[in-house]
Amino acid sequence: MAERTRTPRTRATGASATPPPEPAPRSAAVGRGTASPSTWALGEGQALPWEYAPAPESREIVKLQARYGLFIGGREVPAQGGGWFTSVDPATEEPIAEVARGGPEDVERAVAAARRAFRKTWGPMPGRERSKYLFRIARIIQERARELAVLETLDNGKPIRETRDVDLPLVAAHFWYYAGWADKLAWAAPGRDPRPHGVAAQVIPWNFPLLMLAWKVAPALAAGNTVVLKPASFTPLSAMLFADICRQAELPDGVVNIVTGPGETGMALVSHPDVDKVAFTGSTEVGRKIARAVAGTEKALTLELGGKAANIVFADAALDQAVEGIVNGIFFNQGEVCCAGSRLLVQESVADEVVARLRERLATLRVGDPLDKNTDVGAINNRPQLARIEELVAAGVAEGAEMWQPACVLPERGWFVRPTLFTNVQQSHRIAREEIFGPVLSVLTFRTPDEAIEKANNTTYGLSAGVWTEKGSRILAMSRRLRAGVVWANTFNRFDPASPFGGMKESGYGREGGLHGLLAYLDLAGGV
Amino acid sequence: MPRTPKERPAPVRIAVRKTYKLYVGGAFPRSESGRSYVIRDAAGVELANAALGSRKDLRDAVRAARAALPGWDRRSAMNRGQILYRIAEMLEGRRAQFVEEVAAAEGIGPDAARTAVDRAIDRWVWTAGWADKIAQVYGTVNPVASSHFDFTIPEPVGVVGVVAPEGSSLLGLVSRLAPVIVGGNTCVVLASEGRPLPAVTLTEVLATSDLPGGVVNLLTGRRAELVPWLAAHLDVDALDLWGVPAGMRTAAETEAAENLKRIARPPRGVDPERFDWLDDARAERPEWIAQHLEMKTVWHPVGM
Repeated sequence: MAERTRTPRTRATGASATPPPEPAPRSAAVGRGTASPSTWALGEGQALPWEYAPAPESREIVKLQARYGLFIGGREVPAQGGGWFTSVDPATEEPIAEVARGGPEDVERAVAAARRAFRKTWGPMPGRERSKYLFRIARIIQERARELAVLETLDNGKPIRETRDVDLPLVAAHFWYYAGWADKLAWAAPGRDPRPHGVAAQVIPWNFPLLMLAWKVAPALAAGNTVVLKPASFTPLSAMLFADICRQAELPDGVVNIVTGPGETGMALVSHPDVDKVAFTGSTEVGRKIARAVAGTEKALTLELGGKAANIVFADAALDQAVEGIVNGIFFNQGEVCCAGSRLLVQESVADEVVARLRERLATLRVGDPLDKNTDVGAINNRPQLARIEELVAAGVAEGAEMWQPACVLPERGWFVRPTLFTNVQQSHRIAREEIFGPVLSVLTFRTPDEAIEKANNTTYGLSAGVWTEKGSRILAMSRRLRAGVVWANTFNRFDPASPFGGMKESGYGREGGLHGLLAYLDLAGGV
Repeated sequence: MPRTPKERPAPVRIAVRKTYKLYVGGAFPRSESGRSYVIRDAAGVELANAALGSRKDLRDAVRAARAALPGWDRRSAMNRGQILYRIAEMLEGRRAQFVEEVAAAEGIGPDAARTAVDRAIDRWVWTAGWADKIAQVYGTVNPVASSHFDFTIPEPVGVVGVVAPEGSSLLGLVSRLAPVIVGGNTCVVLASEGRPLPAVTLTEVLATSDLPGGVVNLLTGRRAELVPWLAAHLDVDALDLWGVPAGMRTAAETEAAENLKRIARPPRGVDPERFDWLDDARAERPEWIAQHLEMKTVWHPVGM
C-alpha cells in the first residue's frame, strides 16, 4: 500500500466545462487611489499560465500497520465485537488501514482502565512528575512531526503545507504549554483548592484530528485526569500513532485510552456513568444530543461546536492584508473549520474592489494532491461532507446568489471542491445561515458599523469573528459588541495553546487553551 | 342606657396590608392570569396571597430582561458595583421589616432571622466589590508565540434564569442573584415557591436602588408550572438551577440543551436545601460570578 504513487491524474474542467459568469466590472477604485491589479494578476476566470512541477512529500516515512486495535490500559486490543472499519484517503478514495470498531463493551473496559489509572497511578502522582511525562510527549511529537504530518494529510486530505506548518507545531506546543501547568495547579485557581475531575470522556472531530486530540488530552492530563478519547471515525489513524507515542513516553497504563468507532460509541462513552467530565468538539446538532445525555448528571461538560463567523471589512482596512486574511479565513483547511470566516461583510463602498481582488487571489489557489507541497486547498475529508457542500452550493444558486469559481483543474479522483465565492447573498439564504464546512464564501455588504454588528450577530452561532480596519478605537468597540468567543482583528484563524478558544450562544460553552482551558479540567468546588 | 363617650373602647386600627405582586421591567404587575395562591407561615397560618405567575408572565419577564441587557452591560463596572452597594444600603434601612418577614416565612426565631438578614446585606456588599475586580481575576493577557497582542476578558452571558433556593427565602436568593447581575447579566428569578414574601419585598429594595428596571425580574408561583417554560425559553442564555427540585432537574437540563443554555448547578455532592448560606467560605466564591460570564479572546497583530 505504501508503494502506491500519486500520478497527477487531472481533468480540465472549470473554465471550459462551466464558464464562469461575466466578471463584475472593476470599480473605479472607490476612495483608494489607483488600486490596479499587480502585474502578475490574472484576468478573472483564467487558469494559471504556467505549470507548477509536482513537489510531492514522500509518504515513505509513515509505516502503517494493516490494522489498528483499540488502545486500552496501555495495550492494543481488538474490539470485543470483533468488527473493523476502513479509513480512506480522501484524495484517492483508496483504503489506508483498518481500525477496530469499538462498541459499548469496549467503552466499559476503557473507562474502567482510566478509573484504575486515576486511582492508582496518575491521580496520586505529584504534579512535578506528571509534568515531565507531558514534556516527554511534546518532545516525541516534535521528533516525529514529519511522520505525523504525512499521516495526518493522508487520513484527512488537508495540504501537507498546513499539517507541517500549522497542525504539528501547534500539537507539540499544546503539550508543551500544559506540561508546565501540571505542577502549578494551585496557582491556576488561588484559594480554591483545584482538583481533577477524574475520568474525562473526550470526543473529537475529523477536521484537525491530532490538534483536537492535543487540545483535549494535554489539559486533561496536566490537571490530573485520566482520559478515554474517541477519535472521529473518518480520521482515526493519527490517534493510533499518538498511542505509540504514549508507549514511547512510558506513560503509565490506562492514563490515555483510545476507542475508535462510530458516533454511537461516542454517545456510549459520554453517557457512561463512571465518567466525570465530558468534552466534545463537533457539530451543534451532536452537541445538543450530548448536552441531553449529560442532563441531570453531575458531569462537567464543555462543548466546542459549529460556527458561521462574520469577517467584517471596513473601507479603511488595509485591503491587501484583508484579502489575504479573508482567503486564509475561509480556505484554510478547505473551509472545514468551525471558526471559518464564512460570511464576508464588506463595507459597501469597497465591496466591488474587494470582490475583484478576491477573484484574482482565488485564481492563484492550487487545489489538488494534499501531499504536494505547493497545494493550497486539499481534499474534502469525506463523501457525506462533500455531498453537504455540494447541496449548499446548489441551494445558494437556487436561492438567487451569484456564484463564481476559479477555473482550476481538479484531480480526477478524490473528493475536491473548487474555491467558491457567492455575491448578492441575502441574510435569509441558507449559505448565509448554515454552517457549510467547506471552501465556500458568502459575501454580504453593510454601510454603518451598527449594521455590521447587527448582521454579524444575526446567527444562532457565536464562535469567532473578524474585523478589518485601521482604526484602533473601532476595533475595540466592534470586538466588544460582537457576540463571539474569539475576535480576530486584522488577522484571522490564529491559534495558540496560551490563547483561550471557544464559543458563545449555540457554538457551545467552555474554553480550550490557556488558563481557562485548564480550569475546564479542574473541579474548583471541592471545598463547597 | 346610653353610653358615655368615656366608656367607648378605643377604636382598633386596621392595618394596611401589602399586596404581594410580581416585579417585571421595573413595575409591579399582578399576574396577567389573575391568579394568586395562599402563602402560609411554618405553623400553617395564612400570611398573604402571592401572585401565581403564568407562562405569559414569564415571557414578559424574559422580554424585559432582554431589553435591559444592553444598558446594564454598558454600565461601567464601578457603576454596577455602586448600585449593588446601594442595594445593601436600602436593605440595611429596612432591616427590621426583613427580619420579621424572614422569621415568619421560614419559621425561625428573631435571632436567626436577624443573622440571615445581616448576612444577606453583607453578601450584597461582598458581591458589589467584585464588579470591577472580576475581569482582573478572570481576564488574561495571553503570551502567544506569534507576533500578536492577545487578551481574554469576561463578558456577560446575557439573560439568566435563576431558580432561587426554596428554603433560604432571602439569603439563599441574594447569594445566587447578586453574582448574576454583578457581571452585567440581566435575569428572571423564580422566587421560593413556599416562602416568596421576603423575595417580593426585596424587589421593592431593588426598585429604589438605582438598579435599572428589567435587570432583575421576579416571579412568584409554582415551580412545576414555570420551570419547564423557563428552561425551554429560547431567549434565555443560561440557567441557575440551585432551586430546582432534584426530580425536575433532568427535564429542565434536557429542555435547556435546545439552545445550549449554560447550566449552573450545585457542585457534586451538595444538597442545595441543606447548604449553609452563612458559611462565607462556601457561599462566597468568585466562580459563582464567573460561571455567568463568557470569556472573549481578542487578537491583534503587533507591528510597525
